[in-house]
Amino acid sequence: MDSGFDFDVIQRSWGYLFREGMTFTVTLTLLAMAGGIVFGTLLAMMRLSSVKPVSIAAGAYVNLMRSIPLVLVIFWFFFLVPYIGAWAIGAREPIKVGAFWSAAITFTMFEAAYYCEIMRAGIQSIPRGQAWSGYALGLDYWQTMAQIVLPQAFRNMLPVLLTQTIILFQDTSLVYVISATDFLGAAAKVANRDYRLVEMYTFVAVVYFVVSYGLSALVKRLQERVAIIK
Amino acid sequence: MNYNWHWKVLFELEPGGTGSYLHYLLVGLAWTLATALAAWVLALAIGALVGTLRTTPMKWVVRAGNLYVEIFRNVPLIVQMFLWFFVVPELLPRELGDWIKQIPPPWGSYVPAVLCLGIFTSVRIAEQVRAGINSLPRGQRLAGVAMGLTETQSYRHVILPQAFRIILPPLTSEFMNVIKNSSVALTIGLLELTGRARAMQEFSFRVFEAFTAATVIYLLTNLVVVLAMRALEHKVRVPGLIAATGAPQAGH
Repeated sequence: MDSGFDFDVIQRSWGYLFREGMTFTVTLTLLAMAGGIVFGTLLAMMRLSSVKPVSIAAGAYVNLMRSIPLVLVIFWFFFLVPYIGAWAIGAREPIKVGAFWSAAITFTMFEAAYYCEIMRAGIQSIPRGQAWSGYALGLDYWQTMAQIVLPQAFRNMLPVLLTQTIILFQDTSLVYVISATDFLGAAAKVANRDYRLVEMYTFVAVVYFVVSYGLSALVKRLQERVAIIK
Repeated sequence: MNYNWHWKVLFELEPGGTGSYLHYLLVGLAWTLATALAAWVLALAIGALVGTLRTTPMKWVVRAGNLYVEIFRNVPLIVQMFLWFFVVPELLPRELGDWIKQIPPPWGSYVPAVLCLGIFTSVRIAEQVRAGINSLPRGQRLAGVAMGLTETQSYRHVILPQAFRIILPPLTSEFMNVIKNSSVALTIGLLELTGRARAMQEFSFRVFEAFTAATVIYLLTNLVVVLAMRALEHKVRVPGLIAATGAPQAGH
């Protein structure tokens, strides 16, 4: 490669990198975070259920997801989602699903297993007496969970949930393997087109570092505040 | 779902002609393990060193250790792979860079993958080691000083042996992480287990057979690791010393 760092290529592709690439990455992260926390909480409640088949099924799902590489999970869902979609709407042939929705479903289902373990620890951190007093007041299981246990569990686990989300933000870059145009994907396309791999990949690393480091610092401050109140 | 399973594909010859698809996948497992183990050795060495140094009273060493950890923790693994594979050879002197680029496959991918994965994992081990050391009562260190041990001696004989026993369970999950994370090396052309499952799917069009086989192989590998580490934990156990039960931690 020619000597000298070509900053120009970054400037030229700025709009593509951020308006298209980073938007994809951030949207995917937020969707998967929301979906993952909802499903993860439900999974955690299932794992802690006294109904054996329910807790075993949830445990098996969580352990399966945590035992295989994310890249393999991405491949699985990339090919599986068209079949599930066809089954859901009763079509005979596998339906077409774009890279974005395929990735959104993958990350939601994958991260749910990780959020589940966090929420399970959160629920277990609430003294049993809290749930019992809920039942004693005449609340049912769902009311006790929604109004007493989960708000406290969620609050206790907030820093860990956010740290997991930062990891999720970094992990979304793996959609590269299904050729999606996330931030890394967009940069890789520019890098290969203009043969500017050094500049583009260094820039990508710097951007990811700045965002992740900044968010981690915020989480650390939040953690200190939560810790003091507790 | 109307998918016609065809499991016999595993025993059909793969197009490269080296053997059956099952054999092809198992060679992939061998590459996965070869990558993960080499990276693990590197990660343990650097991680133990950096983690320990970050607990010493030397301010500048601690700061350098923190910088190292923050850099490699906040950049996605796949981006780090690309940096090692595409960027580092360009930044080296031209002859050395050209020589690196001409290393024949699979070693041209294997070496950067091991370096990348080793350093990525070392950061996580450094965090565990530091947490393990900090979880020991202060009295342990003071007792070392009172007995006339030097700083190095008290680390060697008092602090580290306990800290490593405490962090064995989290180290087990880090070891499983390094096996899983080695799949990212497929993006720089290393045909490890996941990469070979994808290649098998492209050659044979048997999508779900290929991925199911790879999934089962990963699950069995995990099982072996868990059993082996449980045996190790049992072997090095010191009566009365409680291992870390693993406070909830984010991870992947």
